[in-house]
Amino acid sequence: MQFIKPGININFIGRRKIAFIVSLAMILITIASLIFHGGPRLGVDFAGGTVIQVKFDSPVAIADVKPALKSIEIGTSSVQEFGAAKENEYLIRADSSTALTEDMQQNIEQALQKATGQKAQIRRVDMVGPQVGQDLREKALLAMFFALLFITIYISGRFELKWMLSGVMAGALMLAVYVLTIFEVSIPYLMIAAVFVTLILFWFLELKYAMGAIVALIHDVTITVGIFSIFDKEFTLPIIAALLTIIGYSLNDTIIVFDRIRENLRKHHKQPLDVILNTSINETLGRTILTSLTTLIVLITLFVLGGGIIHDFAFAMIIGVLVGTYSSIFVASPILLAWQNRGK
Amino acid sequence: MKTLSWKPISVLVVIAAAVIFVLPTIRPGMWPHKKINLGLDLQGGMHLVLEVDTDKAVEDTIERLAQELRASLRKERVRVHSIDRVEKNRIAVRIQGEENIAKFNKLLDEEYKDIRLAGTNEAGDIQTFKLDLPDDEVEHIKKLAAEQALETIRNRIDQFGVNEPDIRHQGEKRILIQLPGIKDTKRAKELIGKTALLEFKLLDEAGDISAALKGDIPPGTQLLYETKEDLSTNRTTKTPYLVKKQALLTGAYLTDAKVQIDSQYNEPYVSIEFDKKGGRIFAQITGENVKKRLAIVLDDKVYSAPVIQEKITGGSARITGNFTADDAHDLAIVLRAGALPAPVNIIEERTVGPSLGADSIRKGLISMCLGGIFVVLFMIVYYKGSGIIADIALILNILIIAGGLAGFQATLTLPGIAGIILTIGMAVDANVLIFERIREEMSLGKTPRAAVDAGYSRASLTILDANVTTLIAALVLFQFGTGPVKGFAVTLSLGVIASLFTALVLSRTIFEYFLVYRKVKSISI
Repeated sequence: MQFIKPGININFIGRRKIAFIVSLAMILITIASLIFHGGPRLGVDFAGGTVIQVKFDSPVAIADVKPALKSIEIGTSSVQEFGAAKENEYLIRADSSTALTEDMQQNIEQALQKATGQKAQIRRVDMVGPQVGQDLREKALLAMFFALLFITIYISGRFELKWMLSGVMAGALMLAVYVLTIFEVSIPYLMIAAVFVTLILFWFLELKYAMGAIVALIHDVTITVGIFSIFDKEFTLPIIAALLTIIGYSLNDTIIVFDRIRENLRKHHKQPLDVILNTSINETLGRTILTSLTTLIVLITLFVLGGGIIHDFAFAMIIGVLVGTYSSIFVASPILLAWQNRGK
Repeated sequence: MKTLSWKPISVLVVIAAAVIFVLPTIRPGMWPHKKINLGLDLQGGMHLVLEVDTDKAVEDTIERLAQELRASLRKERVRVHSIDRVEKNRIAVRIQGEENIAKFNKLLDEEYKDIRLAGTNEAGDIQTFKLDLPDDEVEHIKKLAAEQALETIRNRIDQFGVNEPDIRHQGEKRILIQLPGIKDTKRAKELIGKTALLEFKLLDEAGDISAALKGDIPPGTQLLYETKEDLSTNRTTKTPYLVKKQALLTGAYLTDAKVQIDSQYNEPYVSIEFDKKGGRIFAQITGENVKKRLAIVLDDKVYSAPVIQEKITGGSARITGNFTADDAHDLAIVLRAGALPAPVNIIEERTVGPSLGADSIRKGLISMCLGGIFVVLFMIVYYKGSGIIADIALILNILIIAGGLAGFQATLTLPGIAGIILTIGMAVDANVLIFERIREEMSLGKTPRAAVDAGYSRASLTILDANVTTLIAALVLFQFGTGPVKGFAVTLSLGVIASLFTALVLSRTIFEYFLVYRKVKSISI
């Protein structure tokens, strides 16, 4: 069985302008959605607060639950269904971040029982203080940044043998970020600035492959974040794990195409670059689709069967795999052409 | 032929090692190696992060120093206007007269070498000295407080009886506590968070309590409350007491505390024993204050304030207050383990009930099996005979991850299970890369043997490059992550390494077995 017949030649590179418009549109929608929602919706892990997961024997009306908690001073801000409908589980989100004392937990159970006429069972409590939330937020951003940085060193080294150059550059960037964190520059802006500086450096140092890979990664992460924002889903620690995995996965795809490009450049060095790019993408197309498919299969089983906590994680990964597959074809490779045009 | 010989051996060694490590998890007690660790989110339990209020420890030290200074100035007959703690961490001493100032300076030089003079100023003939502690001393106190807090909490948890608790420092003043499988989380939190500073203070019986309640508290005293809950009527009463600030005796002199039952009222109480010095002090206080009331204060709450009937010499006392059996048991534990050097605040708490953990495991396993079956079938349909080889590799892959988890004693968490499931999807990638190459080479007209060799040699580097980058992402995640996320990083890393091994070594060995030994002339791919 074969999805992609050998010798196939779809003109991907020729359609790069359409792809560029599509990507740009998606990124703009992401930014618009983030502005509209006032930034990403942060879960308690990052914003601080308390989440309580309660289970009832049979469905209850959310409208009953919310007022019942009014009397208890935990500052309830939202109540929502959680996981599969038949589980009768609900998430109560509260802004207060003081550890639940003995009375509080009992009071919640009693108030819920009174309002709904059913036994309420507290299954999970997550309380994160504001300071811890901020720490985790900064750590998450730093982790994403460093993952990107290390990966670009590796790519520049492996594909262009510029270990020293990329190593020195990454070292300088890390030092700059470290120094600036000491001066307590706000981490999100710092990261955005660092990413832009990195891109400009790549451009002038002509680290083509690293540039292609990192643009594709930023593209993937941004769009995944955007879709999360559009669906108004929360960012939690597992979602950061998903984003980092998407970085790893999308890069996996990109590198396999790059690898073929490098091989074909050696084999057919007389042909123009855009033809070689196109051939390489087509030759690896079968593998790209197949691997995305098997990964999607397991992600969909996780999405459907994995339970509430894994649900959003799988959702993020599904988007990431789709966008990552698209970007390794339409974003990462066309960037290699950018320098060609600059030379002329 | 030479290349073939080491591969089957390494495959067998890896399989054997994985099986050895995994078996105790499936059948406990087969051999002494441990089972796979389950994270708190899978087995239920509590994760706490405490912050030690180390600033308070510094303040307390300064307060104590001020008291000592007051006492020694009195002893040396140096007349001072006032000694106060100001700006939280400073002592202001106001002295009048040259002779007094000279004596004070001499005392500082001789007995309080550690104290730093933060500044002086003169107003008329009164000179104010501001004293504090040097910065490195302050740092030392903070560090010590954090360390002592951890030791005390460890003691309390050990006595409470929790299986395999994990207690460690996190940064300078935070303490991370993981209590797997704990059921009564509320009680554990109280036990851990209680400062448990036991003090014996005399009541200020001359003071006007109604004036004090309005805010007019006489100097050197404080207003503390006794809270009593009547279990039958569910009503609580609060009784105010005006007590002297100075603690005559503290829990530092305790040697033992245990729960006993009052034979008269059948109520539990905690009996405490002092060491020799504490016993002497207790005898002295009770001797000097017969017919006066002595308040037993724990964390600024009055437990009882009995009238001293006679001098107590036995070196023991009892703490009453209408306790439940659990209350009394826990109080005895915290008294035995000692007081925390500074108050602690819970700044992060994650509790997972055992039933939720079991649910998570069940759901994780179901999705793993189902996802696995889908992928296995898909590979057979798409690559036929070679698909079976990829499937064998896949199954071994999971076995290696499980073996790795047990072998490194890593912790399996819910995101960790997701990581394994994700690896199932991604692990076939390496084989897909190789198979696609082999197909390409065969379409160029190569023999199966040559196509397999070319396929592997061409795909190996690509596979390596692609997986190293995922590994980088996983390692960064491991560095950054806490608890559950770390578990994900672990399984993802193990999965990447396992899939490299199974694709490059295992599946190639199978191919070579058929092509070289069985002399198969065509491959099903």
